[in-house]
Amino acid sequence: MQTAKQPIVQLEGVAKSYGGAVALAQLDLTVYAGEFFTLLGPSGSGKTTTLRLIAGFERPDTGRIMLDGEDVANRPPFERAVNTVFQDYALFPHLTLIENVAYGLRAKKMPKAQAHEEAEKALAAVQLADYGGRKPTQLSGGQRQRVALARAMVNKPRVLLLDEPLGALDLKLRHRMQIELKRLQHETGITFIYVTHDQDEALSMSDRIAVFSKGRIEQIGTAFDLYERPASVFVADFVGSSNLLGGDTLLRPEKIQLLPAGSTAPEGFEAGEGILREATYLGAVTRYQVALADGTLLHVMESNTRPVGERLRLAAGDTVLAAWPRDAARKIGN
Amino acid sequence: MRSEALIWAAVAAIMGFLFIPIVIIIAYAFSAAPIPSWPITSFALHWFSDTWNDDEIRQALALSVEVAALATISAILLGTLAAMAVARMKSAAKEVVSFIAVLPIALPGILTGMALASYFAFWGLNLSYWTIVAGHATFCIVIVYNNVIARLRRMPRSLTEASADLGADAFLTFRRVQLPMMASAIGAGALLAFALSFDEVIVTTFTAGAQNTLPLWIFGAIRLGQKLPEVNVVVFAIILFTAVPVLLAQKLIGESGRVAR
Repeated sequence: MQTAKQPIVQLEGVAKSYGGAVALAQLDLTVYAGEFFTLLGPSGSGKTTTLRLIAGFERPDTGRIMLDGEDVANRPPFERAVNTVFQDYALFPHLTLIENVAYGLRAKKMPKAQAHEEAEKALAAVQLADYGGRKPTQLSGGQRQRVALARAMVNKPRVLLLDEPLGALDLKLRHRMQIELKRLQHETGITFIYVTHDQDEALSMSDRIAVFSKGRIEQIGTAFDLYERPASVFVADFVGSSNLLGGDTLLRPEKIQLLPAGSTAPEGFEAGEGILREATYLGAVTRYQVALADGTLLHVMESNTRPVGERLRLAAGDTVLAAWPRDAARKIGN
Repeated sequence: MRSEALIWAAVAAIMGFLFIPIVIIIAYAFSAAPIPSWPITSFALHWFSDTWNDDEIRQALALSVEVAALATISAILLGTLAAMAVARMKSAAKEVVSFIAVLPIALPGILTGMALASYFAFWGLNLSYWTIVAGHATFCIVIVYNNVIARLRRMPRSLTEASADLGADAFLTFRRVQLPMMASAIGAGALLAFALSFDEVIVTTFTAGAQNTLPLWIFGAIRLGQKLPEVNVVVFAIILFTAVPVLLAQKLIGESGRVAR
């Protein structure tokens, strides 16, 4: 994306275990300045450990953590130019919002009046201009989330670390905050490193994504790379829904068309006859399950784009022909 | 309806059992008779001024207050530090140290008292003002420790991490985050510790030399059957005096229940 990619965070051979349990095994990772970089994976995959290592809450057993060209692996969190948005927000309950947001500036010895002025601006930037005198307990979850964001961003960190920041919010609010976060990132140019287990969130927000599994990175790439060219079965399965043919060939459900039994597949298509097991209407799309003659269970997803009258009317038990373009099925790892 | 009446009767009986003796002793404080007896035939207030002017009682009161204050101060320092240290420990060590830390309050006072007395004797230390303070500190520390560790358990680790993340070193984090969040727990613990020290008899018996704390003076006076009206006045005063810190502590603990997350 940038013309001159400049590494800002580099992990080199970083490993971390907790009393024999390996949390991270020999991790290498480079994040470039200005990127929205996401660490995606199921719980216990090492993504949060990676974030905590960058923040300085944990020390690596081995390896280097380079921040802006300097090895910070053994520096405490208060000597690193990064800030964190915590999953539980971690707002100080005994301080007002202004005092919360000004905390980092005050810790760096900024005079109180100036720090409070900056904090006011930061609160205004997250639409909480008149809330400065309140305590965190008087806010809703979404408001607390925005205070946590303001408190971190007011320090103008080189890198902002976000640990599942939207996890506690309801779906609507989450979508709004996703857009809000992208906007803030775009406006400030701050590098974001974002931890989530939600693949939709990762795909919709990130410039690049690292997929974690069992303390290792399975793949690093753009949303397109991960979805269309997954490097492993794990990635194919974790990102989006998938059909695995013969154990190593990926076929995404939306690339399959269902045709009436007995029709011929179009040119360049592969096809197989099967029995429709289930059809679930989901509004924008309909999801089908087709059992092919060889026993493979195929997930199919069709957009409901055609006018209602022209749609194929299928019911469970019907025999159908499932067809897909030959190059839509690709061997994983190629 | 019947069962409700029974419950109220039980409540009344228990409250009576607990408080009638206290009410009687308060009433005795106003009795004119030199040897209190029931029913009270004539009332007088002069026992109050007599008590106030009794040097023995004044010295005992001063000693009790000083000892309680010193024991409480050392409890605040050591109890809080111990709680913070235990809160940082890993699970296995934490259990062991936590158990050892609260042991002094689980042990019968007579054991603590005897052990301390022979310990002081072993080192050739004369029983004095300071040995009483040391004896009281053993259980006062636990009171503060228990209050503070309970607070720290409910305090998410992310708060201190957030402070460090925002550029505050350990000292600033202590001053700006941990101390303010522990303050009411420390206060509640200190008030309870003070009250506990103030009316302690058993450990004090073993650790006091020639000195008399107020409870020791009462104990002696009753045993000898002397100055009984003054004892009643003193007890009345102690009830008032200790009720205040206990009520305050209750309020502080109640407030701390509302820790924001």
